[in-house]
Amino acid sequence: MSDIDSPFALTAQLQTRFSAVPGELPRDKINTLLIPVERLTETLAFLKHEAEPRFEMLFDLSAIDETERSGGLTVFYHLLSLSGNVDLRLRVNLSAEAPVLPSVCTIWSSANWYERELYDMFGIHVEGHPDLRRILMPEYWEGHPLRKTHPNRATDMPPYQLPEARYRSIMESYRAEDYREPGVSDEEMILNIGPTHPGTHGLLRLVVRLAGEEIRDVRPDIGFHHRGAEKMAERHTYHSYIPYTDRIDYLAGVQNELPYVLAVEQLAGITVPERAQVIRVMLCELCRVASHLVWVSSYAHDTGALAPPFYAFRDREYLFDVMELITGGRMHPAFFRIGGVALDLPEGWYEALQSFLKRMPAAIDEYQALLTNNPVLRSRTRDIGVLSTADAIDWGVSGPNLRACGLAWDLRKRRPYSGYEHYDFEIPTATAGDALARTEVRLEEIRQSLRIVEQAMQNMPPGPILSVEARYALPRKEATLQDIETLIHHFIAVNRGMRFPAGESLFVTEAPKGMNGYFVVSDGSEKPYRLRIRTPSFPHIQALALLARGHLLGDLIPILGSIDYVLADVDR
Amino acid sequence: MSFAQWLFALANLGLVLLVLLLIGAFMIYGERRILALLQDRLGPNRAGPFGLLQPVADILKLVSKEFFVPPFADRTVYTIAPIIVPLTALLSFAVVPVSDNWWLADLNIALLYVLALSSLRVYGTMLSGWSSNSKYSLLGCLRTTAQMISYELPMGLALVGVVMLSGSFSLVEIVAAQELPFIVLQPLGFIIFLVCGIAETNRLPFDLPEAENELVAGYNTEYGGIQFAFFYLGEYLGVLLIAALATVLFLGGWHGPWLPGVVWFALKTLALIFLFFWLRTSLPRLRYDQLMDFGWKLMLPAALINLLMTAVLGLFWMEG
Repeated sequence: MSDIDSPFALTAQLQTRFSAVPGELPRDKINTLLIPVERLTETLAFLKHEAEPRFEMLFDLSAIDETERSGGLTVFYHLLSLSGNVDLRLRVNLSAEAPVLPSVCTIWSSANWYERELYDMFGIHVEGHPDLRRILMPEYWEGHPLRKTHPNRATDMPPYQLPEARYRSIMESYRAEDYREPGVSDEEMILNIGPTHPGTHGLLRLVVRLAGEEIRDVRPDIGFHHRGAEKMAERHTYHSYIPYTDRIDYLAGVQNELPYVLAVEQLAGITVPERAQVIRVMLCELCRVASHLVWVSSYAHDTGALAPPFYAFRDREYLFDVMELITGGRMHPAFFRIGGVALDLPEGWYEALQSFLKRMPAAIDEYQALLTNNPVLRSRTRDIGVLSTADAIDWGVSGPNLRACGLAWDLRKRRPYSGYEHYDFEIPTATAGDALARTEVRLEEIRQSLRIVEQAMQNMPPGPILSVEARYALPRKEATLQDIETLIHHFIAVNRGMRFPAGESLFVTEAPKGMNGYFVVSDGSEKPYRLRIRTPSFPHIQALALLARGHLLGDLIPILGSIDYVLADVDR
Repeated sequence: MSFAQWLFALANLGLVLLVLLLIGAFMIYGERRILALLQDRLGPNRAGPFGLLQPVADILKLVSKEFFVPPFADRTVYTIAPIIVPLTALLSFAVVPVSDNWWLADLNIALLYVLALSSLRVYGTMLSGWSSNSKYSLLGCLRTTAQMISYELPMGLALVGVVMLSGSFSLVEIVAAQELPFIVLQPLGFIIFLVCGIAETNRLPFDLPEAENELVAGYNTEYGGIQFAFFYLGEYLGVLLIAALATVLFLGGWHGPWLPGVVWFALKTLALIFLFFWLRTSLPRLRYDQLMDFGWKLMLPAALINLLMTAVLGLFWMEG
């Protein structure tokens, strides 16, 4: 998935300088090296600051519990070089008992939360971490959920007990004595925003340190929306997991299915028919529009504007009518299949979509008149939540938030997938990096997405909609009623699941909110051995303190809104 | 005064009170329907014909709720504070002349009386925020106090122009002096008065004291039931008062051809109320520092310039 086939020179350099051991090239063609844990920090510092090309972004950091395979734990670092458009994966082996890892927070600011997640999910003690606490699970949770020893279902665990005394002590831990925390001076005040609050669009707790109305610091507390999506993948067959992905970024529907099915297809080497690809692109861009429309409304509401929310939701409703006609679902269609899509386009889809496309340009003009051309909103959001390109990359920020800083980094252009190279569209960027720039970029993105939809529907190729490679694709349901062999295959494929080849496969797509990556680790069985979901919202929320510090309390909610996040996308 | 006169005055007061409360309640219904219309939806249309009984249902709901005082609140102040808001608005209506022979009181200092009551109104929001002893309420109440003080000054100054032109503080005489509505002579004064009026009533785009997105509900976060209803009613009576005052002071009050004075007064007031609703659906909220800048750096100098120009022109006019 990279432009440069493999940076051989770099591999050799890492081998000689840092005694790295190159592994065989996985299915996703990302160079993978095993690094001894004691050389880790210097290797990563070298890769960020000196290597050619430089790996500016820590794209992802997580681990695999190898207990059921080779034993121990594997921590992996996905590095991304924006300048060289190339990836690198570093692996570190740790022992399963009392694993210790050095912190890389000083190298990448974004590592902070990823390392806390490592501690929370795997019990890896990260040495030198400034604030090593649980992040997704509550403080009082016992065990580390992504360990293979941790039960997968509640029924595997003893009944949950919460004795009165324990409950009291937990509740007591939330109480701040005299509205103050240690280290907070007399002029300062701690304001607890959330977990339920009209401005947070979901369950998000922000602990804000205020001096008057000026924000000194923000500490986001996440995990209220954690559903263990990664753990759930480990007991579902590859196909039956598809509907779960819809609900990760629940506003973007099939945009979550795409990286998942692409990663699995990459793993198995499945080629998707052209018609299926075009349908996928069309639906993905519609979902991007749907996601941005919700953002228009929630963001307008954050700034106190009352009309745009209703206008945007009205237009989203028209969009959902089209989605429903084509897929049968509205927000969560679960429409993509490994190797294609579930159904062919229904009769009348073209006219329905056309009438939607016809009404949209005027609607976007209206949003622009009410938002970006509105003097009150302009003066309100200009110069707040300013993000520099360097900071954005350091904090792992991607998507429209990164493009609003001036970097035209869009995977649909940089690493075209699903045939995006055949479409004519532009990547809107802005330079200011503030909340207003992010607003402008997103509104323009709606227009560009509609252009792609228009091209997809005009050039819809004929042909099959599902891969014919019978080994990995579900047999057609209609055919099961005709002959017994297909019926048997369908029965087995659905009930027991299909075996996919062993290996690793990462696929990253450009979701509405940023780079969305699904990393499938297969041991050759019917279920993923480990599924890592790297969502864009997670690092975005982490960067909130950076954006909000020094601004007024009244700016906090517009800044938060301008990031465009979904709590389910943060917590998974 | 004889007993009959007392009785008549009391009956008059009762009637006005009833009418004002009804108007306040139906303004809430009106706003919801108008906002819905402007936002492409229907609004409340279930209770009674066209949903006209919605305010009755709302009031019944709020009245039947538990009278709750949070344990951490200052009980006495917490209970008294909500009453101040509608009370000051209601008292102000006493001096508003509805037509050329219909008003409750014609004070020779009516304008000062109205301004004084509007200053007292701040106590309602301030004390409620303070006594709630909650951080959101506290922030809301600090904002309210600062906002009201900032906008009281230019508002008062804008009205001095009107006083200069009419030579009286009595609202009845001010209207009587407006053969030509003062909006023609005082366009800047009218705009300043209206903007400050919106700020005084905490309506969008100046609704920072109760900015729901960051402060949940601002000063009335902890309130519920009938006490919340008082704030709600007070807000709409405030809107009605500002619209009525703008009509009386700048739009010529009951003056107008063909129709009776009361109808003209009502029409002008309703048009201004509609403007309030329209602004609410169209504009985002200002930020706190922008609001202060706007008040002190733009409104106050503009009001002073308006005052100066009125004085200079008036001087030449009267001399010549």
